[in-house]
Amino acid sequence: MSALVPSGLKLLADVGGVYRRNSGATFGLGILGVLAVVAIFADALAPAGPFQVSTGSLIAPGRSHPFGTDDLGRDVFSGVIYGARVSLLVGFAAAATSTLLGVVIGALAGFYGGWMDGTLMRTTEFFQVVPRFFLALLVVAMLGQGIWKVALVIGILGWPPVARLVRGEVLSLKDREFVQASRAIGGISTRILGQHILPNAIPPAIVVGSLDVGQAILLEAGLSFLGVGDPNFVSWGKMLNNAQRFLRTAWWMSLFPGLAVFVTVLAVNLVGGGLNDALNPRLRRNFKG
Amino acid sequence: MRKYIIGRLVQAIPLLLGVIVINFMLLHLAPGDPVSFLVGDFPAPEEYVRELRVKFGLDKPLLVQLGLYLRHVLQGDLGFSFAQDRAVLTVVFERAGATAVLSLTALSFGTLIGVSVGILAAIRHRSVFDGFATGLSVAGFSLPVFWLGQVALIMFSLKLGLFPIQGMLSIRESYTGLAYYVDIAIHLILPALVLSLQLLAITARVTRTSMLDILTQEYMVTARAKGLLATTVILKHALRNALIPVVTIVGHNLGYVLAGSALVETVFGWPGIGRLLFDSLRMRDYPVLLGIFLVVSLSVIVANLVTDLLYGALDPRIRY
Repeated sequence: MSALVPSGLKLLADVGGVYRRNSGATFGLGILGVLAVVAIFADALAPAGPFQVSTGSLIAPGRSHPFGTDDLGRDVFSGVIYGARVSLLVGFAAAATSTLLGVVIGALAGFYGGWMDGTLMRTTEFFQVVPRFFLALLVVAMLGQGIWKVALVIGILGWPPVARLVRGEVLSLKDREFVQASRAIGGISTRILGQHILPNAIPPAIVVGSLDVGQAILLEAGLSFLGVGDPNFVSWGKMLNNAQRFLRTAWWMSLFPGLAVFVTVLAVNLVGGGLNDALNPRLRRNFKG
Repeated sequence: MRKYIIGRLVQAIPLLLGVIVINFMLLHLAPGDPVSFLVGDFPAPEEYVRELRVKFGLDKPLLVQLGLYLRHVLQGDLGFSFAQDRAVLTVVFERAGATAVLSLTALSFGTLIGVSVGILAAIRHRSVFDGFATGLSVAGFSLPVFWLGQVALIMFSLKLGLFPIQGMLSIRESYTGLAYYVDIAIHLILPALVLSLQLLAITARVTRTSMLDILTQEYMVTARAKGLLATTVILKHALRNALIPVVTIVGHNLGYVLAGSALVETVFGWPGIGRLLFDSLRMRDYPVLLGIFLVVSLSVIVANLVTDLLYGALDPRIRY
């Protein structure tokens, strides 16, 4: 994405073209579409409410309960449907947060340089080394477990890769002729950054950010599995936490929610890989090898 | 080279201080009295609470408090766990051994299998195996490790009875000598394999890419033209160079492995730091949680440091 800003239409056509050739990405996009529909229309699709207790507990998968029921008699199929909301919400909200933060920090560091660059990049390196999972766990355990807090914390801890990438892009863009030209005609620096440099740096940032959606979903599932998710929502991680005590008697309590996490993260990663191929030819080898 | 080593060591100091500052900030950002987090959600004697207030200067300005906190932590004083009735450092170190055994085994499995898969995939580029390896990499990135653990436990331990179900040692027998280590090894295989998958995926992908890159280099063509055996060319000429990026991948992923370990330990009842984390979360034993974060961060910082030094030593093109 080093050349001129591609128009929105051309960009879409590029992405579409690569997608048609990339069966994995098309497949991922399809799955993701289905999941989005499931999450949005969960109330209509689920046979029972997420916390609704039915007559029998620990019923094996069968005609009345396709994924069986848990220890309190809740329908696992309904839980899996409602769980899509938490995973998709946290995944996309967290990735959006980390991408936004990364773009702002990377742009400031690359554009202004000097002490600002030094301070911001040392901070970035720090957060790249600090183990994200443990810090997120600590923050959520100590500051509270609301679903938006979880998403925000995961997002805030995920910005370093985007920031580094954007900084590099901005550094290479700010000496290009078209930027020099706008400087020469007296452009204000914030305007140059916002109108000329950032539009070119954002597509690769979105690619790297999209690869964080899957990581964020896995992180949220892990936190819920350890018991620090939002207790007001059904999440796949929490269902797996609950399943842990019944592995011997009720395998279905573990199998279906976990499969849901796997399929979702796989779909998101395939879509991210496709975006990578379409928008970021230089990074292509990072994903597909 | 010595300058580089000293430089890298000095760089690690602000990282460590940063981690301690994060702990300090969390204590003060958390809703309520910092003392309740220094004590944990457990009834503590009134005098101890008063003692803590004095020790950490909780009536003094924030900067003074930070200084006091830094000093205590740097002296190895991570507080006291009332839930466990012992010093936090003792509690954490007691569990560190089990986590080290599990994570290091998983690291070795992940590296060995990952490198082998990566080499084979590169040699048989665009073959069925190559496709399988790529699929494995993509799947390895997308699998929640604790769920994989549960499924493996259900299949191999509960249904097929091939492996023990929980823990690090058999409860019924008390082995000594060699049998003791064999017992641990049997308990170790399944959790370590599960934990290794993500690293395996990354390593396989990096090895494959790096091998593909090297196999087309001119010196490889020369080596072949000289009539060297294919295996010699691959193992002696290509692999050595291909492994350099793998070293950094392994070293820089310790944080992920430890995070995975926390989850896998919970599934398999492995008595390490992850299990301690789970129990401490349930009991709201904040001093232990803060202590674990500090110890884990410290090991990750050290692993990064060692990796960078090793990288410098392995690649003769890098001279400092």
